[in-house]
Amino acid sequence: MKRALLTGAASFAALLAAPAMAQSVAITHARLVIGDGSAPIENGTVLVQGGKVVAAGASVPVPAGIKTIDAGGKWVTPGLVVAVTDLGLVDVGAVEDSNDSDADKSPFSAALDISAAINPNDLPIEVSRAGGVTRAAVAPLGTNSIFGGQGAIIDLGADPDAVTVPRAFQYVELGETGARRAGGSRAATYALLFNALSEAKELTLTPAGPRRDDVLLTRRDAVALGPVVSGKQPLYVHVERASDIRMVLGLKREFPLLNLVIVGAAEGWMVAPELAKSGVPVLATPLTDLPNSFEQLGSTQSNVGRMKAAGVKVSLGDFGDQPRYAPQYAGNLVALTKLPGASGLTWGQAFAAISSGPAEALGMGDRFGSLRPGRAGDVVIWDGDPLEVSSGVTRVFIDGVEQPLSNHQTRLRDRYATPAEGALPKAYEW
Amino acid sequence: MRLSRLARGAALAAVLAAGAGGAGLAKDKKDDSPAVIAARDFDKNPYPSTYHAYPGVPTLITGATVFDGEGGRIENGQVLIADGKIVGVGGAMADMAVPAGTVRIDGSGKFVTPGIIDIHSHLGVYPSPAVEANSDGNEATAPTTPEVWAEHSVWPQDPGFSRAMANGGITTLEILPGSANLMGGRSVVLKNVYSRTVQGMKFPGAPYGLKMACGENPKRVYGSKGRMPSTRMGNFAVDRATWIKAKEYRAKRDAGKLETRDLAMETLAGVLDGTILVQNHCYRADEMAQVLDMAKEMGYHVRAFHHAVEAYKVGDLLKASDTCAAIWSDWWGFKMEAYDAIPENAGLLYKAGACVVIHSDDENGIQRLNQEAAKAQGDARRIGIDIPDAEVIKWLTFNGAKAIGIEKLTGSLMPGKMGDVVLWNGNPLSVYSRPEKVWVDGALLYDAGNRKLRPVSDFELGQPGEGDVK
Repeated sequence: MKRALLTGAASFAALLAAPAMAQSVAITHARLVIGDGSAPIENGTVLVQGGKVVAAGASVPVPAGIKTIDAGGKWVTPGLVVAVTDLGLVDVGAVEDSNDSDADKSPFSAALDISAAINPNDLPIEVSRAGGVTRAAVAPLGTNSIFGGQGAIIDLGADPDAVTVPRAFQYVELGETGARRAGGSRAATYALLFNALSEAKELTLTPAGPRRDDVLLTRRDAVALGPVVSGKQPLYVHVERASDIRMVLGLKREFPLLNLVIVGAAEGWMVAPELAKSGVPVLATPLTDLPNSFEQLGSTQSNVGRMKAAGVKVSLGDFGDQPRYAPQYAGNLVALTKLPGASGLTWGQAFAAISSGPAEALGMGDRFGSLRPGRAGDVVIWDGDPLEVSSGVTRVFIDGVEQPLSNHQTRLRDRYATPAEGALPKAYEW
Repeated sequence: MRLSRLARGAALAAVLAAGAGGAGLAKDKKDDSPAVIAARDFDKNPYPSTYHAYPGVPTLITGATVFDGEGGRIENGQVLIADGKIVGVGGAMADMAVPAGTVRIDGSGKFVTPGIIDIHSHLGVYPSPAVEANSDGNEATAPTTPEVWAEHSVWPQDPGFSRAMANGGITTLEILPGSANLMGGRSVVLKNVYSRTVQGMKFPGAPYGLKMACGENPKRVYGSKGRMPSTRMGNFAVDRATWIKAKEYRAKRDAGKLETRDLAMETLAGVLDGTILVQNHCYRADEMAQVLDMAKEMGYHVRAFHHAVEAYKVGDLLKASDTCAAIWSDWWGFKMEAYDAIPENAGLLYKAGACVVIHSDDENGIQRLNQEAAKAQGDARRIGIDIPDAEVIKWLTFNGAKAIGIEKLTGSLMPGKMGDVVLWNGNPLSVYSRPEKVWVDGALLYDAGNRKLRPVSDFELGQPGEGDVK
């Protein structure tokens, strides 16, 4: 549950007196986007009480005493949901000490729990929040093994409780990167993977007992993979090549309980019917259209549109440290619908692909990602069409609590609105 | 004009060199030695462009919104392209001398811009697939390598060229060496037209550029090898020492005293002559200010600072030195010197009257320079800086052409310029718009409605998705 972020004794006291009110807001006269793929609703209202959406639609009565914001016809949407990202793990990518996104010298792999590394105060979180991102699936990306470790689901609220679900999924690399880490070949990757899952399974059968003396995994890593084998913890698999995707879908023959999510999938369109049949959610890298490696020779921006048309549960993912670009990516997929021969998404599908879609892939569709009743009160007000590149965010709410949007960038912007120095140096302007 | 002089090529350069030698001849008969002649009268254009305009038909676009690239906007406008050139641009009533056989295109609801120009690309030198065997962008074996030429690394079959055209409307691009070195080598300007050879892509008449870099990259690359430079002060010391050598070399050349050729010094002397344009990778404002002083000290001009994420702090200095800021709209935070990047950079520079160029440095970004510009426009608007669409388009066209010294040839829809034109299916400053047709020198080389007018590089033949939409 979100705490309020206001500082100062007076506001703190007010919050203690009425915590539910602090998480209640009604936004009226909105061009309202529910985020479930449906078309925007003109003159809509969203009502959030106690941090959760109570109602959203064309004729929603607002109870007396609720803080009400008149959107004046502006776009109002659920907060953006991004998966997979390294948000919260990195201050500056190239400054190694500030970057917790990989741990390639660790003796552990699957056991790593990334929630321990997440810093709710890091600047990329602040900048992403100002871009309308409210929830993220954070994955540890690199270890010395194919297993990255256990990812977390976070919110981007300006408060200390970032982690919504720790150890929400296990992340594994099975394409070129996985092969490199496993010993140089995909054959080695699959030997490693099957062995690891088998060792985990054996350990769950006799948790306290002795292990065979030829095991490869540390006990902690094997224990961490137990919930993966039993399907309790989803396994996020990064693959790009069509044949790799087929291999992943085939894993269920050996380990039928696996709860798979595919990340990347540049060649997903080439195996779209199989993906659709499997029901496995795909978090596709948006707009990849170059044969940047030999595992993505078939890349095209129409990938997502083709998968969608084939019935694949596809949404956008794999955003690195700049998830604020999600709306631009989604908008580009709408642009494709006007291009002869290309496949894209409708506006509603495109917005869902960065809100309810990823939330559902994360197994969180009933918690956040849309403005359907019962979801978290994560609401964003925009100054224009949210998928249009010239638009911007004006207000953000997480769990019904309005969020600060200022950060290092906005402070610099304000200081240098007039570049010439005044009577004193710029350092005195703050 | 510097450009037209270059366009006339090697012959004139040889005459100039001979003139300089001739002046020395009276003083020193040694100047007649074969060595001196060889060092003086070499071919200044040994890898000449073999690019030629491809066949086109006279084409009249009517009823479109036209952005002319120099800040002009015409509603319900007409653009006439013939014989590879822009022939006429005007409103609905403009009197166009339309040749017989002209193809007419109804542009209503559509937009026309000059071909988009990216002045910072590594296509061809860091091509797709991005495998080590293809990685030819940084000669990171010495901190100054002005002797290397990017064109000798460009792989003309990079699939990235086709995406840049189809999705970004790119018709001209400057390929630069990377930024590992303080002086990375010569750039090459290309027409975005596939060819068997790099020479077949080279933009005829474009001057060379010299890629320079300040800041983190050179000091990291060489510091980690235990050699100079390992600090920013080391960066400047190595730069200045190299410029001093170049000045000595040039003086000797002008006195007719050179006995051997020196590829590195020939490039730097070209910069001091003003015929090779400095393109300087530089993030931080304080470093840009010092580089401008170094340029003054050594006698050259910085044409553009690339990746100038802190340019907004020194827009006044850039304006005063007539140096463009070539920037992303909102890349931020990936390295320490990008920590103070802000999305309002372009808007604040525009307000300061400085030259803004939107660049990519990226095989994906080059497909969406129009969107990057639109983002910057929106961020400017939100702080009260309203920039008309037509001015924003200038950041992608004329200003880029100016920064790389080809503004007399392309970069706007002025009659007589190259017929480099994009017809967009909507306002190019919207995420929902894409190029519909792209002409280079009047030849239709991309047509969204005709699959066979979709270039496919050698690499992609027989691969999954050959000829697919991209």
